[in-house]
Amino acid sequence: MPSDQARMLEAARAEPLWPKPPAWATALGAVGAAVLLAYPLLITSTFAQHTMILIFLYAVMAQSWNVIAGLSGQISLGHAMFFGIGAYTVGVLDTKFGITPWIGIVVGMLLAALAAVAVGIPTLRLKGHYFAIATLLIGSSVQIIFARWDWVGAASGLFLPLKRGSPWLDFQFHTSKVPYYYLSLAVAVLAFLVVWRLRRSRLGFRLQALRDDADAAASLGIAVARHKVLAFMISGAMMAAAGSFYTQYVLVLDPERVFSIDISIIVVLMTVVGGSGTLWGPALGAALLVPLSEYSRIWFGSTGRTIDLMIYGALIVAICMWRPSGLLSLFAERIRRRAASP
Amino acid sequence: MSKEFIIQAIVSGVLMGLIYALVAVGLSLIFGLMEIVNFAHGEFLMWAMYASFWFWVLGLDPLFALPLVAALLGLAGLLVHYGIIRRLLTAPMLAQVCGTFGLAVAMRAAAQYLWTPDFRTITNPLIAGRVQIGPIFIGQPQLVAGAVCLLAFVLLWLFVTRTETGLALQATAQDRQAAAVMGIPTERMSALGWAIGLGCVGVAGTMLSTFFYVFPDVGASFAPLAFVAVALGGFGSILGSLVAGVLIGLVESLGGLLIDPSYKTLIVFGLYLAVVLVRPMGLFGRF
Repeated sequence: MPSDQARMLEAARAEPLWPKPPAWATALGAVGAAVLLAYPLLITSTFAQHTMILIFLYAVMAQSWNVIAGLSGQISLGHAMFFGIGAYTVGVLDTKFGITPWIGIVVGMLLAALAAVAVGIPTLRLKGHYFAIATLLIGSSVQIIFARWDWVGAASGLFLPLKRGSPWLDFQFHTSKVPYYYLSLAVAVLAFLVVWRLRRSRLGFRLQALRDDADAAASLGIAVARHKVLAFMISGAMMAAAGSFYTQYVLVLDPERVFSIDISIIVVLMTVVGGSGTLWGPALGAALLVPLSEYSRIWFGSTGRTIDLMIYGALIVAICMWRPSGLLSLFAERIRRRAASP
Repeated sequence: MSKEFIIQAIVSGVLMGLIYALVAVGLSLIFGLMEIVNFAHGEFLMWAMYASFWFWVLGLDPLFALPLVAALLGLAGLLVHYGIIRRLLTAPMLAQVCGTFGLAVAMRAAAQYLWTPDFRTITNPLIAGRVQIGPIFIGQPQLVAGAVCLLAFVLLWLFVTRTETGLALQATAQDRQAAAVMGIPTERMSALGWAIGLGCVGVAGTMLSTFFYVFPDVGASFAPLAFVAVALGGFGSILGSLVAGVLIGLVESLGGLLIDPSYKTLIVFGLYLAVVLVRPMGLFGRF
């Protein structure tokens, strides 16, 4: 005879990916998946492919931020540190020791999880604003340290050697973006599945409980600090995977770029625009904001970089004022209402 | 290391610290009134510096532009409060943080779009050169900036402790509901807090622009110091901001001198972590 708790958990796990998909939604989903798979074969423009790769990559990063901020309610403003750790791990292992990036990615994720423990144990017990400011300061401290660290190239960073061997073994594709496309799609789907599983796992429910009311959760016997550190580790590891992938994509890294505050900012913006704490929100945010920034760069030339940020900033202020639950809630409400009505 | 170096570092640290303090006090005041951290504080400082710069281009020395910039920033404070913050007060914390954070992103991008990322300097201001006191040299702009910031601080202190409006402001910060019951218009007090807070930033930005580069990211380098100052002094404490601001100026200049200039920011950031972990209410905090 299962306990109540186990039965509830079982029921929650049985919950489908989306509430009772109507036929049109299933069809739309299937078409969407087919389009995503066929995309690089149908559209051969490298720029369009590049945009999609960035969308997938940013979706992973936003999903990573979603784990710590959306699920456990701790606002990190220094998430670029994990991105940079992932980037530097593959870079250093490749340039100094000739180790394949496939191993580098895993090592980077482990190191990022370790860094999350080191940063998280003292800071995660800080309340709201204090934690946000602490991560902001730690993020820029890490950047300063790497910019002075001669062994990893100090401010000029590292250039990854071009390899002519097996592209799949070396994770370097010089002639086509298509392999990068499928790899980034796979990483994005993986990140998506991680958050999907996490949201309905014991850990996920506990995180959401302590996000909504830490005192109540603690009084029910949830170890608040330990769970938050766990979430931070998962989040950091996901971010590091994105950093490693990005480095293999551009084959160059420097502290100014991979530890940039802009990375920390953008993951926040994407997740909040889409809907933090939700499964689809981060992906929606990435799908909206990446094309905005890539195409504004084309339309407005070199000044475009700041036009997209101006729109991002204004958008996020507007969303915080009128739709703090994110754009996704506009659709989600409608779908749920329709699903509820017979 | 000679004694002169250390005295020199102490003097310049205190002068810089007075500016940090004036930037921090606005942040602290706003937090004390409505528990919102203004993540766009550094960007307002940057806009104040640009305002001062453009007045100088038009032929107005920063010293004369000072009241204008302060008034403009105060007005901006009212706009931000009534336009944005009022709606965020009841929102979840994520929306509060991201609201002002988004404002910061937009303001920085707008500055870069309007005025390019170039570094600009005000050359030949009314006050220039340096004075020699015994063995040490002090830049006159820094000296005047420190003095003006201290004066602004004294005025703010007198206002808050000696006038009825100031007392109402304090009452609102202490207990919003009780203040409302006593007939204090708490909503207007919050708006006033934003106006004063950003007015202080206007003064600090104008004085800073007389000897510091003006560029879109300048706020991003000062804002973290203000966060540290507010945490150190205690969120909501005015006197705390002054002490903490000066302390940070000192730590920064002495740390830069005794340890390594490139790590002076790290030392200050470490101070923040030490404070929030060991004494989260800060030196003068009330909770």
